[in-house]
Amino acid sequence: MSTRLATGGRLIDRGARVEFTFNGKRLSGYAGDTLASAMLGAGQTLMGRSFKYHRPRGVVASGAEEPNALMGIGTDGHFEPNQRATTQELFPGLTARSQNHWPSLEFDVGGINKHLSRFLPAGFYYKMFIHPRPFWKHVYEPFIRQSAGLGAAPRDRDADTYEHYYAHVDVLIAGGGIAGLAAALAAGRAGAKVLLVEQAGHWGGRAPVDGAVIDGKPAEAWIKDAVQTLEDMDNVDLRLRCMAAGVYDHGYALCYERLTDHLADKAGPRHRLWRVRAGRIVTATGAIERPLSFAGNDIPGVMLASAVRDYVVNWAVSPGDRTVVVTNNDDAYRTAIALKKAGLEVPAVIDARAAPEGPLVEEVKSLGVKVLSGKAIAKVKGRKFVTGVAIAAQAGEGAVLEEIACDAVAVSGGWSPVVHLWSHCGGKLTWDEAQAAFRPNPDKGPTGADGAVFVIPAGAANGEMATSSVLSDAHAAGAKAAGADAGDAPTAEVTAEGPIAPVWMMPQGAKPELRAKAWLDYQNDVKVSDVQLAAREGFESVEHAKRYTTLGMATDQGKLSNINGLATLAHALGEDIPQVGTTTFRPPYTPISMGSIAGEARGALFQPLRRSPLHGWHEANGADFEPVGHWRRPYTFKRGDESREQSVAREINNTRQGLGLLDASTLGKIIVKGPDAGRFMDMLYTNMMSTLAPGKCRYGLMCSENGFLMDDGVVARLDEDTFLCHTTSGGADRVHAHMEEWLQTEWWDWKVYTANLTEQYAQIAVVGPKARKVLEKLGGMDLSAETLPFMGWATGTLAGIPARVFRISFSGELSFEVAVAAGQGLALWEALMEAGQEFGVMPYGTEALHVMRAEKGFIMIGDETEGTVIPQDLGLSWAISKKKDDYIGKRGQEREFLASPDRWKLVGLQTLDGSVLPEGAYAVAEGTNANGQRNTQGRVTSTYHSPTLDRGIAMGLVKDGPDRMGEVLTFPRVDGTGVEARIVSPVFFDPEGEKQNV
Amino acid sequence: MLTLQCPYCGVQCDETELSPGGEAHLTRFGPGSDDTEFEQYLFLRENPRGVHFERWRHAYGCGKWFHAARCTMTLEVFGTYPAQVTEPPADLIEKIREKRPGWRWRDLA
Repeated sequence: MSTRLATGGRLIDRGARVEFTFNGKRLSGYAGDTLASAMLGAGQTLMGRSFKYHRPRGVVASGAEEPNALMGIGTDGHFEPNQRATTQELFPGLTARSQNHWPSLEFDVGGINKHLSRFLPAGFYYKMFIHPRPFWKHVYEPFIRQSAGLGAAPRDRDADTYEHYYAHVDVLIAGGGIAGLAAALAAGRAGAKVLLVEQAGHWGGRAPVDGAVIDGKPAEAWIKDAVQTLEDMDNVDLRLRCMAAGVYDHGYALCYERLTDHLADKAGPRHRLWRVRAGRIVTATGAIERPLSFAGNDIPGVMLASAVRDYVVNWAVSPGDRTVVVTNNDDAYRTAIALKKAGLEVPAVIDARAAPEGPLVEEVKSLGVKVLSGKAIAKVKGRKFVTGVAIAAQAGEGAVLEEIACDAVAVSGGWSPVVHLWSHCGGKLTWDEAQAAFRPNPDKGPTGADGAVFVIPAGAANGEMATSSVLSDAHAAGAKAAGADAGDAPTAEVTAEGPIAPVWMMPQGAKPELRAKAWLDYQNDVKVSDVQLAAREGFESVEHAKRYTTLGMATDQGKLSNINGLATLAHALGEDIPQVGTTTFRPPYTPISMGSIAGEARGALFQPLRRSPLHGWHEANGADFEPVGHWRRPYTFKRGDESREQSVAREINNTRQGLGLLDASTLGKIIVKGPDAGRFMDMLYTNMMSTLAPGKCRYGLMCSENGFLMDDGVVARLDEDTFLCHTTSGGADRVHAHMEEWLQTEWWDWKVYTANLTEQYAQIAVVGPKARKVLEKLGGMDLSAETLPFMGWATGTLAGIPARVFRISFSGELSFEVAVAAGQGLALWEALMEAGQEFGVMPYGTEALHVMRAEKGFIMIGDETEGTVIPQDLGLSWAISKKKDDYIGKRGQEREFLASPDRWKLVGLQTLDGSVLPEGAYAVAEGTNANGQRNTQGRVTSTYHSPTLDRGIAMGLVKDGPDRMGEVLTFPRVDGTGVEARIVSPVFFDPEGEKQNV
Repeated sequence: MLTLQCPYCGVQCDETELSPGGEAHLTRFGPGSDDTEFEQYLFLRENPRGVHFERWRHAYGCGKWFHAARCTMTLEVFGTYPAQVTEPPADLIEKIREKRPGWRWRDLA
């Protein structure tokens, strides 16, 4: 059992007791504890259950690499699952829950899976759950859903706030261990603007735990001085609890700062995402110790040797009274020394190497610890906690030589440099045979805009493991990043270490039953036997084997398991490790919160909202809004307890019979001006626009170079040099960009200027038989049919407001669109509402607009078009000039399949029973296609209930449609029934246009 | 996230300020062109593993279109220049030649 030692603990404050709860149980630790150290200190070694087999699990590591000790932290709106207990700092009132168990951590029903483990090998889900088919729905899926996923998803809306932060620096240094500090000192002294970030809550990394002596001082003192020196530099910014999460193109990096996760007081933003642009990025991210693969290496009490050392030295926590150390390298002997110094028993150091020697080995022996060389752990004994280890020869198959009673096992399989940030942007790795580890290949780093490598690995992250070489390497890296000469680096005392012996399986010839209990990936429950099975089944690529076995695919992204896994794969394939290679390292380094990614962009700030000048009036008068691009437009103005449908019908009837007002301000309004404006307009539109007379309007179509219809609208010629182009509400920015692209990149010698004036004008459509009357009542302009005929425009004043009046109609009614300066829109609207009272004026929304245009057979961009429709499909050939040599899209429309007579063409569709056709429904034809699906011959593009005609009306594209008037088509519904509709003219109402021409 | 210098306003732009426009220096084929020419113009693009000429617009800045010479492998940017030209500037081509002997792009080398 783990416990708190009576003395020591460099990071804890024994004067500050901190209460917290774990699964509802009250426990206590000290200020400076992590959740993991506090739980171990309180004797809680069992911390969770594994993902697949629900095996009991304890903490393995002491930092970000921890795979097992995942907790749900917090409650209600502050709850977050899958938090690592090893990086969660303790604070008063912390609430933690373990995961993957039911009904309780101590007794778990899902643990039955472990007895089924030989039936749940790699790829099991792919192989098993296919047959028999009905089992999927009733047996397999409920089973998988019950056991899938790690922690529970939060139920409440996130109560915390988050923010983004931007920084531009010369040098970003990731990692605040001695390497990061040495690099920062070098870069800072050279005058560079430096940002130094450290993911933990303290500086210096693990050097003090390892007893390093730097520049003649204990590491602790050197670190304190270094931090003080850096804090005194104006050009250096230091951040704790801030992790460099990812490195991206051209020196871009994301850093993830946790501001309140360690505090009881949660005021202020919880996380801050730093969006950093750095000239150079120094990765001083250290190294991670690898476990060894032996049977039972996942039983609570088996921990990394470095973690055991950390718990003892940093937090005065003993992982057990008797700890066996098992290793293939000298570093783990430091753990034996630390344990002995803390007064704890080390029954043996089991060393896989035949003849370990050197000062560390000698020191351990002199402390009276037995060193068993050439030996291995055959298996760990125990279930929910370690009770002992069985020892075998490393060279053999696992025949037990002796058993040693113990309650903890400290494991070291060597160290892997943390190369993630180096690799994120394409930095390549090289296999270091001597250290049995991948390290950055300095010749193949990620390059920046200047063509130079912009990531500089430093210290252990660069494969330099001895303290002295860590310091010299990091110092040089810092200076290089700042573009300065290196000068003198800090120095450290050197402790000679013997060579590591690569050990990927323990014992090397372990029998199948041992391999099936030797874990590689703790979080996803992947064992040595799974990877070997994947290799046998042909998953030879490391990327395939990863996906097949799920090795390294959990939230820890295989920080402990990847190298052991690919070494196992390489061995199974009979290849060398570098040939097999690594999987791809992708950001973020450890999971970052979704909240931090969103930052402030949530709720009302999710995206900017565009509001028409009349928006406030709409809000105050019952508008039911809908999004149109970034705009919010009234869908309808509901009265009393009307339904949406009733409200829309009322608005339509009132407009057709009396007077309706529409806020058309969102309509795009783009000025095209210049001596070559007419020439340019002729290229932009399919129509001949250059012949349009000043004072007149013309409906125009705009196509892409492919020939497809992209936008439509009414063009008014303001004077010889100036056109005003109306676009769709959602299309204004796109159309303006389209114009600029052609002007700037193709016809840059044409004298044309464009300006998007959409937001400069309020535009109000005054629609209905009484439209002229209300405008005449406002007074100021002669709007008679003679003075202002259909498709004309005029300027003047209405109710004292300077206005431009267009006589255009999208409803088929007598209609005037009045444009005034945006600031005067509300005054005009209110004047119209007041003057219109005697004519029964009502505002109407976008749905009434849509229905009225459909009644008239007018197309709507985005309904009748979807990027593959040409104007000719829509019966709009009349709007395509035959006289012009060229326009954008003309050549495209001549392509064979666009000029084909077989294309689906626009028609009206009228259901025989008067019902409304389903949106997007297809008309079926005889026979089936190659996939056995019914052939189709048309589809619905717009469909509404028409209050004017009191029946369903629709428009659609139908093969040979215009030639098939009167034919009846069948449109299947989703429920399997069909609805029949007759092909008719798309103009359902007032085909002669008598109503608009008065 | 790339950075490119806008040759008009001089700003070192983040990629998020820019909108991409595909390959630069296309010759437009309109009515009267044959299917092969039109296909070439509309659809067929270079896809080099090396230096490429691209169109970018400083969409959230000055709004101008410009061209960039960028290596698709190393992301090195050799230069940016205004879009109102039919071929890359001679000094830029010279710079690419020097750093990348044997380099080819369409009929440039």
